[in-house]
Amino acid sequence: MGQIEWAMWANEQALASGLILITGGIVATAGHFTQWYFGAYSIVAGVFVCLLEYPRGKRKKGSTMERCGQKYMTAVVKLFGPLTRNYYIRAILHLLLSVPAGFLLATILGTACLAIASGIYLLCKFLPPAERAASPGCAPSSVCAGFCVYLPRAAVRGEQWTPIEPKPRERPHVGGTIKQPPSNPPPRPPAEARKKPSEEAEAAEGPSAGPQDNPIPVTDEIV
Amino acid sequence: MGNWVVNHCFSVLFLAVWLGLNVFLFVDAFLKYEKADKYYYTRKILGSTLACARASALCLNFNSMLILLPVCRNLLSFLRGTCSFCSRTLRKQLDHNLTFHKLVAYMICLHTAIHIIAHLFNFDCYSRSRQATDGSLASILSGLSHDEKKGGSWLNPIQSPNMTVEYVTFTSIAGLTGVIMTIALILMVTSATEFIRRSYFEVFWYTHHLFIFYILALGIHGIGGIVRGQTEKSMNESHPCKCAESFEMWDDHDSHCRRPEFEGHPAESWKWILAPVILYICERILRFYRSQQKVVITKVVMHPSKVLELQMNKRGFSMEVGQYIFINCPSISLLEWHPFTLTSAPEEDFFSIHIRVAGDWTENLIRAFEQQYSTIPRIEVDGPFGTASEDVLQYEVAVLVGAGIGVTPFASILKSIWYKFQCADHNLKTKKIYFYWICRETGAFSWFNDLLTSLEQEMEELGKVDFLNYRLFLTGWDSNIVGHAALNFDKATDILTGLKQKTSFGRPMWDNEFSKIATSHPKSVVGVFLCGPQTLAKSLRKCCHRYSSLDPRKVQFYFNKENF
Repeated sequence: MGQIEWAMWANEQALASGLILITGGIVATAGHFTQWYFGAYSIVAGVFVCLLEYPRGKRKKGSTMERCGQKYMTAVVKLFGPLTRNYYIRAILHLLLSVPAGFLLATILGTACLAIASGIYLLCKFLPPAERAASPGCAPSSVCAGFCVYLPRAAVRGEQWTPIEPKPRERPHVGGTIKQPPSNPPPRPPAEARKKPSEEAEAAEGPSAGPQDNPIPVTDEIV
Repeated sequence: MGNWVVNHCFSVLFLAVWLGLNVFLFVDAFLKYEKADKYYYTRKILGSTLACARASALCLNFNSMLILLPVCRNLLSFLRGTCSFCSRTLRKQLDHNLTFHKLVAYMICLHTAIHIIAHLFNFDCYSRSRQATDGSLASILSGLSHDEKKGGSWLNPIQSPNMTVEYVTFTSIAGLTGVIMTIALILMVTSATEFIRRSYFEVFWYTHHLFIFYILALGIHGIGGIVRGQTEKSMNESHPCKCAESFEMWDDHDSHCRRPEFEGHPAESWKWILAPVILYICERILRFYRSQQKVVITKVVMHPSKVLELQMNKRGFSMEVGQYIFINCPSISLLEWHPFTLTSAPEEDFFSIHIRVAGDWTENLIRAFEQQYSTIPRIEVDGPFGTASEDVLQYEVAVLVGAGIGVTPFASILKSIWYKFQCADHNLKTKKIYFYWICRETGAFSWFNDLLTSLEQEMEELGKVDFLNYRLFLTGWDSNIVGHAALNFDKATDILTGLKQKTSFGRPMWDNEFSKIATSHPKSVVGVFLCGPQTLAKSLRKCCHRYSSLDPRKVQFYFNKENF
């Protein structure tokens, strides 16, 4: 259980709550229910929650599947820095947003779901990953174990939202693997030793490990 | 195309029947509540949203009945076994049980949304007519007494003008159970998204048990009788056709019409879900019983790259190639069951699975087995499940392509084919197997290497080296590996795998492979089997089309996408 990133589930739950708030709000507004202005609020709150929660944060371990087209919202959400990065703030924000929608029956479901999402965000703040350090199988080389040992428990931040950045594409170096042919000829024994008696044998073998006739004269640089 | 039709026609038919039933039930219930005289007065207050809510309620009952059935895997195994006379294509549909479960869940979500929206409008209408003082028919009907002594024949559940809809929702059985059910449903759906399921399985597994609350709440949802229709007796005395117009005179002594009396619609959800709930309870009891049967672990092998092989024995266990089992380790987690493909052949006297680290549970399991000085943890086994991949054995030439983890089921198939070949099984049609194994790094599946090495050796001993032709493709390579391989070019065995067959780097060029196979077997029927990603399936299917000869007597490639 120590490795579960609750924030991922909280994110799904909050996104669903946003959609439910929008739906409930539309129903209340369109149907002109009593106190329908809460419905109008609910639509606005729902849209805000959906936009905030749409970009999925990066998982600590493993690869994260991006939602379709989330990079535009990632850029916007990143701008707010710690306000959006910190899940504690998100939890409080969701709790506050959900309260006004609780006054109308049409949107009360959205309230309940958003409150649950807020609860799960709080859970990921207060379930410290120090559990990982305590479990016996934690590899000593793992970064998180070392991290937890050195930080005081109360200050363990738990999880936070990290944007998924596209990896900078390595531009393929054109011709990078083409290596220049050697500029020096391979070392050879002096010219006298190169001439072998069995020239017919050489002709029969073809291009093999024997001395070869160079088509262009090669200067021997060995002194 | 013909292949697709044959493989999928039953699924398409099944889904069409299911959708058709949904539409039929919806329309039927809608018309009943929209037209019936029994609900004439109810409609006067509520309008068409009454019929909408009732129609979606009926669909919800129907789908809630269906949703428990696809997850009764022992029941499905039983069906698969008893219907062995049915064609394999038909029985293979049982393998798509989880897909059907998800579709039914989506339908439940849709109808829940319709049902809730309709009831929101209904409650609003009831509230308005309760507060109305204009003496309209709606307000008179709403004023009908809730007093049990006077018959309790009320219509409007909102008892007084001061009562809010929120109060009625949370104090009536229907409202409260509705809220509980919906919240349980939403939590189940958000924790069951593919991302959460694959990354944090425990969250999904434990949250999904909220279905118990859903089913219980559904069973008692209609008990309050909040949907009211006119009683038979009242209809005989004062039929709405003649009495509705003269509603101001209902209380007059000389009027023919009397105040209408209403009764609640009895709860009917329990009738729909009783049988599936009983079946599901039997399924869980059966799973528990099977899990209590003793499983003897005969061998534990720790392969490199943290892969654990468990060889086990269980009384009465019989498997076929390509099936999977669920295992549970009570010392790690009491409730979690995880599926693993069987990697042993049916001809062997044990069954085995290979477990790779893929999350919390597998990591804990491997760690538990690594402790050399403590007792081996107890394992419980349920299964085997899944349609057997017997098709592989029906082809003269079989092309097996395994990508990454998809190579696991081929272990069972290759071993089985080898055993049959050794015993000169005359039923074995297969004369040649081409096996392609594509993976990013061989480390994770080095246990499969051992299998291929032993197969290589055995084939050499029997002098039948050309029965199995396999090629390994390493897609995650870099220039270091290639350089190393180039330097060791002359060695007899491959430096990465130790097999006689050299590892190739990059992805296979399927055109070359298929044309080579087509030229070597100009008159055979070749079966192509894949366990891997969708993109690979597409390219293989294209190659099959391209290299199948137009002449049906010459080489034909048949693509089978097996769901292992």
